[in-house]
Amino acid sequence: MAASPTEAAQAGEPKGPNHGLRIFIIWLPLAIAADLLIWIVLGPHLPPGSMTDTAHSQQWDILVLGVLAAPVVAFVLVFAGYALIVWRHREGDDEDGPPIHGHTGIQATWITVTAVIVLFLAAFGTYELAWPGFAGAGAGEGPSAIWTPKGGTPLQIQVIGQQWRFTYRYPQFGGFETTSLMLPVNQPVQFNVTSLDVIHSFWAYQLGVKSDANPGVNNIAFTTAKQTGKFIVRCNELCGLWHGAMVNYGQVVSMATFRAWAAHTEVQLAPITALLPAYATVYDPTVIPQINKAMAKSGIAGANGYYYPPNDPVQP
Amino acid sequence: MSLPARIVTLLVAFLAVAAGVAFLVVHYLLASPSTVAFGNGVTPNTGATVNVVMQEDPQNTVTSHPDWVSYFIQDPKTHQWQHTTLFSVPAGSRINMTIYGYDGCTPLRNQVFAQVTGTIGGVAYVDGKPTKVIDSWAGCNVGHTFSIPGLNLNVPMATPSLTANLCGTSPCTSGPHRTMTFSFMTPRSAGTFFWQCRVPCGGGFIDGFGGPMQTFGFMTGNMEVVS
Repeated sequence: MAASPTEAAQAGEPKGPNHGLRIFIIWLPLAIAADLLIWIVLGPHLPPGSMTDTAHSQQWDILVLGVLAAPVVAFVLVFAGYALIVWRHREGDDEDGPPIHGHTGIQATWITVTAVIVLFLAAFGTYELAWPGFAGAGAGEGPSAIWTPKGGTPLQIQVIGQQWRFTYRYPQFGGFETTSLMLPVNQPVQFNVTSLDVIHSFWAYQLGVKSDANPGVNNIAFTTAKQTGKFIVRCNELCGLWHGAMVNYGQVVSMATFRAWAAHTEVQLAPITALLPAYATVYDPTVIPQINKAMAKSGIAGANGYYYPPNDPVQP
Repeated sequence: MSLPARIVTLLVAFLAVAAGVAFLVVHYLLASPSTVAFGNGVTPNTGATVNVVMQEDPQNTVTSHPDWVSYFIQDPKTHQWQHTTLFSVPAGSRINMTIYGYDGCTPLRNQVFAQVTGTIGGVAYVDGKPTKVIDSWAGCNVGHTFSIPGLNLNVPMATPSLTANLCGTSPCTSGPHRTMTFSFMTPRSAGTFFWQCRVPCGGGFIDGFGGPMQTFGFMTGNMEVVS
């Protein structure tokens, strides 16, 4: 190993190369190139797309995080590569390296840069979550929504999770319930998300909407689709054997197409709609008064219309 | 202990552990009901008719869970009832389903599944009578459903009378029952389609959807479409 800097200086030897500057010179163009590629080439294709303002906002968030992360990854790779090439062990060089006594400039730079990044991310994340224009980043707002969209009365769609399928109820069209999810474009939509059994999560991926479906709770989420097309709906909460298969596709269509579909479906499903309970924001699936008599007579369940005896120890 | 004795002891211990692991893997992790093949010899995508016969019972033949409700499938060759919920059918074929409903009633949690969907003509037959909806809240008259979400297929299963003495030994060959028949087309490409019952009939489990509702061989399974 070469002599320490102090010893080298004392011996009058020339100073070694400025490794920091070398690394910086290698890293800077790589970081800029990576960021430009992410921003220009990858950015428009990042998930979840731009079908809604919420989705576009999430796409923007991912883009910002990608642009911030790429230089860090590039620095780690450059530093590791430089170390392997320049600071590798050489034949006959078995001495320890010079002791490190600290470097005020490096320390100050490190603290400043990391503090700026962390504070920026905190401010950016808070702004993105709180900015009303993005409706809480597409998440469910609970039963009392803090933010509601402008532009008239939103279309109400109830999302009902049950093992293992989502069904959708349209209270403004006679309360019909269907396994198809259809939305009109450029129309604010209010999803009223609930469950009939365990916890599910309604995740309309391309809409940028993710809202937990809890039994006995109405979890409200809003969206306004800006483009027509298909989107996928998945359950995002482990809910049993077929959780992974709890998938379906929704569709955003023109207002005219939607109205025609809703009118047709309302008529088509009228016989089954008549059998459904009156529309409500939540349902209690453990108590079904209509079946009280039959259940009590059958003796297969508890009285008073409960599915199971109220004292059943494994019932929630 | 001598060196040979140590080696032998080590080998015996290793083999014992290996045998234990193999037993667990084979009997628990790889254990699966058998698959009943329908339509052997049928050319896929010709619209040929394939008959599938099943029954749903209030109990089963498994000693560890004898009181779990269960489906059975009739082997088309031997006509013996198999305690399985896995079956295969040819692609692009018309499946004529016959399901004998020996089990009693449990109401649907969501009445939207009281309607028949996905069948040819949008209809199922209860003892030969065409039906499109069975209201399980007006009377206790639905025991289970046969539902394939991937095909949007849903058929509620009618039940015997509330006062009937249900079959007590599975697979049931006599006793009060309803006969459900319906037909549907299989997709033209191969794939695996899970099917399930939508009635929360897993009594004693959370929300009635544990136990037999989430175990192959009882109230859920796979329909393998082969081409």
